[in-house]
Amino acid sequence: MAILDGKVPPGPVAEKWTNHKFNMKLVNPANKRKFTLIVVGTGLAGASASATLAELGYNVKTFCIHESPRRAHSIAAQGGINAAKNYQNDGDSVHRLFYDTVKGGDFRARESNVHRLAEISPNIIDQCVAQGVPFAREYGGTLTNRSFGGAQVSRTFYARGQTGQQLLIGAYQAMMRQVHAGAVQLYTRREMLELVVVDGAARGIVVRNLSTGEVESHAADAVILATGGYGNVFYLSTNAKQSNATAVWRAHKKGAYFGNPCFTQIHPTCIPVSGDYQSKLTLMSESLRNDGRVWVPKNKDDKRSPEQIPDAERDYYLERVYPSFGNLAPRDVSSRQAKFRVDEGRGVGPSGQAVYLDFRDAIKRLGESVVSERYGNLFEMYEKITGENPYQLPMRIYPAVHYTMGGLWVDYNLMSNLPGLHVLGEANFSDHGANRLGASALMQGLADGYFVIPYTIGHYLASTALPKVTTDHDAFKAARADVDARTQRFMAIKGSRTVDDIHRELGQIMWEYVGMSRQETGLKTALEKIPKLREEFWQNIRVSGDATGTINEELEKAGRVADFLDLGELMARDALHRNESCGGHFREEYQTPDNEAQRDDEKFCYVAGWEWKGEGKPQELHKEPLTFENVKLATRSYK
Amino acid sequence: MGGTSQRNINLKLKVWRQKGANQQGHFEEYDAKGISTDASFLEMLDVVNQRLIKEGRDPISFDHDCREGICGSCSMVINGNPHGSERSTATCQLHMRKFNDGETVVIEPFRAKAFPVIKDLSVDRSALDQIIASGGYISVNTGNAPDANGLPVAKVDADQAFNAATCIGCGACVAACVNGSAMLFVGAKVAHLGLLPQGQPERNERVLAMMDKMQELGFGNCSNTGACAVSCPKDISFENIARMNREYAKASIKKRS
Ligand SMILES: Cc1cc2nc3c(=O)[nH]c(=O)nc-3n(C[C@H](O)[C@H](O)[C@H](O)COP(=O)(O)OP(=O)(O)OC[C@H]3O[C@@H](n4cnc5c(N)ncnc54)[C@H](O)[C@@H]3O)c2cc1C
Ligand code: FES
Repeated sequence: MAILDGKVPPGPVAEKWTNHKFNMKLVNPANKRKFTLIVVGTGLAGASASATLAELGYNVKTFCIHESPRRAHSIAAQGGINAAKNYQNDGDSVHRLFYDTVKGGDFRARESNVHRLAEISPNIIDQCVAQGVPFAREYGGTLTNRSFGGAQVSRTFYARGQTGQQLLIGAYQAMMRQVHAGAVQLYTRREMLELVVVDGAARGIVVRNLSTGEVESHAADAVILATGGYGNVFYLSTNAKQSNATAVWRAHKKGAYFGNPCFTQIHPTCIPVSGDYQSKLTLMSESLRNDGRVWVPKNKDDKRSPEQIPDAERDYYLERVYPSFGNLAPRDVSSRQAKFRVDEGRGVGPSGQAVYLDFRDAIKRLGESVVSERYGNLFEMYEKITGENPYQLPMRIYPAVHYTMGGLWVDYNLMSNLPGLHVLGEANFSDHGANRLGASALMQGLADGYFVIPYTIGHYLASTALPKVTTDHDAFKAARADVDARTQRFMAIKGSRTVDDIHRELGQIMWEYVGMSRQETGLKTALEKIPKLREEFWQNIRVSGDATGTINEELEKAGRVADFLDLGELMARDALHRNESCGGHFREEYQTPDNEAQRDDEKFCYVAGWEWKGEGKPQELHKEPLTFENVKLATRSYK
Repeated sequence: MGGTSQRNINLKLKVWRQKGANQQGHFEEYDAKGISTDASFLEMLDVVNQRLIKEGRDPISFDHDCREGICGSCSMVINGNPHGSERSTATCQLHMRKFNDGETVVIEPFRAKAFPVIKDLSVDRSALDQIIASGGYISVNTGNAPDANGLPVAKVDADQAFNAATCIGCGACVAACVNGSAMLFVGAKVAHLGLLPQGQPERNERVLAMMDKMQELGFGNCSNTGACAVSCPKDISFENIARMNREYAKASIKKRS
């Protein structure tokens, strides 16, 4: 085991970023065009980075699996983006956003990164408004805000229930402007399948053209991964269907450490599973908890229709258990509470695996038109999926996998332990600790892309000797050969199970044993079951169609599920090693008498960084110790 | 488990199959059996595809990702209508409770000169990205922005801009149009940016550049049938086209004078 160095700059937390920006080396404007940078991903993190780096004068090559960069998963974010603007004059500040995020993450994030994020947050809103993002406004023309879980101030900016869409379109348009200017070369429908490492540094990628099956190599001076999260390990999640871990996992196999893989977020308010054909789960934004009240019947197996159950026989359990945060308790806490109620036999709906989110009182108080103004598109989405009208009946909701706090380990400069490999957005492990607060992922993705990487990558380029490397280098040839061999192996299996079939089974194992609550025996069971399933996968899947010449979605899925099988195992191992409960990682053995997460700061106040040791060998654990100098390590309380 | 009136239904599908851009396509028939009315249209296709794979046949290619009606990936013509006949609904949000047991469903790709077929139901819509690249943005480099509340925007303008900005870029408007025109798509972007004070400096250049690009890429012109707005899953208003025509005329005069 080695100690990982987060390379946190010295000085008081509030001055670190300012000083660091001054101390970092710069690349002079005329030299920038001599550098080529690869950006993989065009979500908020990748599109904002591509646009900004191109504006600075670098040659940028940007890749995405989608047919258009605007279709990245960020487009689906609903509720909003946090920023410490204090426009509401309700006591918000950079320090409060910093404090809420460190506490919300249950003291498992790096203080310095979180502070930088809070400092940058106001600039993000300015930038987006200047690009034409139509945020919600008051009649006077100023911007308006709403509240999200884990905060007692209103700091969330939003564009109806389509905030991610509007922010991504802003970043996408900024990037397309650079495409037009020739500063960004855009490669769509390309899937990165290998990272190329030359003399210990990341120098390129190998991609597959998803329309033609052709394999291509691209060389650069540095590589930036912004490929999103890995929630789809669970098969069913709120993530888009194409979201995957392949880029980060292949980088991991080339030496990049994986940080805190077991930290996954289960979102409390999603539309429940309806049948075994289910292909994904749909989120109902946390913003709904501003006005919706969560409840279950007081009596077990109460089969009455919800509107027939009088208030006296309803248990508004979040308001009861957490009087000061009420329905806006953070996500991990709210999800577990829903599970407790269902486990007690007080779940609702045909499956009994749901709780109510009720707008009756909000509609009475505000009127239907105000409620529809705030949440109209979410209500419509709910009705389309369930066939029920939430203006008349409470929504039925249940927790679902939503976000992954873990990801590739990066230092303060967002660079992995592999020199030259930078990781942004949900793909890195950085700022949210063991639990992410609502509306903070969009903030982090844009902070990383617009305001952090443009500085830190310059420092890397200016302080590193980077001899010219072309795609003729042996490392590229070897990476291409690996890609071809893997493809041939998939095509040759010709078994009897579909890739989806195996993926679903993996998802069930993960949800059962590595999901909302975990315990030693269950994790050990997962560690037995996953390798068996992997064996089944490699012997018995069927990939039909051709490997080249046209689209082959089964082949794409096979590569991704192969990686999910490996990653799922690492998640279980990480969860098993962390003998404490913190944030989204709830180990049943470690809880307080009133069922709250019990951390062990003596033993586990660190980031786990796992190193790949080769096929079939367990990863090695490295630790980055965390220190808390500004927010006192304390038990999180939302009561 | 889901909606209380869940049933299973059987359908006949007639699906457009085409191996590649330059190959002949044709319809093939498939049975979709025992489909839950709570399933989505794409989940119904998943069920069919799983069976095809197990039989060693090539599954039907179609674009999809969010399955929530926001990414604009899904793109099918269902019984003659882009995204099906349900108003304000993308294919992925269409649920099987809207279909009848025994019904025949015809599924084709979005067809337009500017959208070549890649395979089966997947088409290449990158022409829409090229239109945006030609001028569909506000030129502001990162770091140059004034305070977000420095420039108040009337709520009506912000709301109207939002209504136009809600376009998901799926291209249903193009597929619905007899001329294969992208006027609704372009009109929505021109309105989104043109309604905001931040969008004013480039207002004239923007509309000229985007319209020129649209024509160059092989999209047709508008003949006012309104089919585009009817097919739009996000209810982008047909008025955006009239607004754009006015903007275009104004900008052209300005350019000449
Ligand atoms: C339904 C939903 C609602 C949400 N709502 C909110 C919210 O209201 N507020 C909030 O703060 N957060 C929200 N989140 C979280 C947030 O949306 C995501 O964390 C964030 O958008 C991730 O952005 P990203 O840029 O890191 O990655 P993504 O947007 O996931 O982009 C990944 C990119 O990588 C590309 N890619 C992936 N793999 C490869 C590969 N191998 N090769 C090439 N390219 C590849 C993809 O094409 C894509 O362009 C929500 C998440 C979900 C699921
Ligand atoms: S799959 Fe995203 S809009 Fe249909």
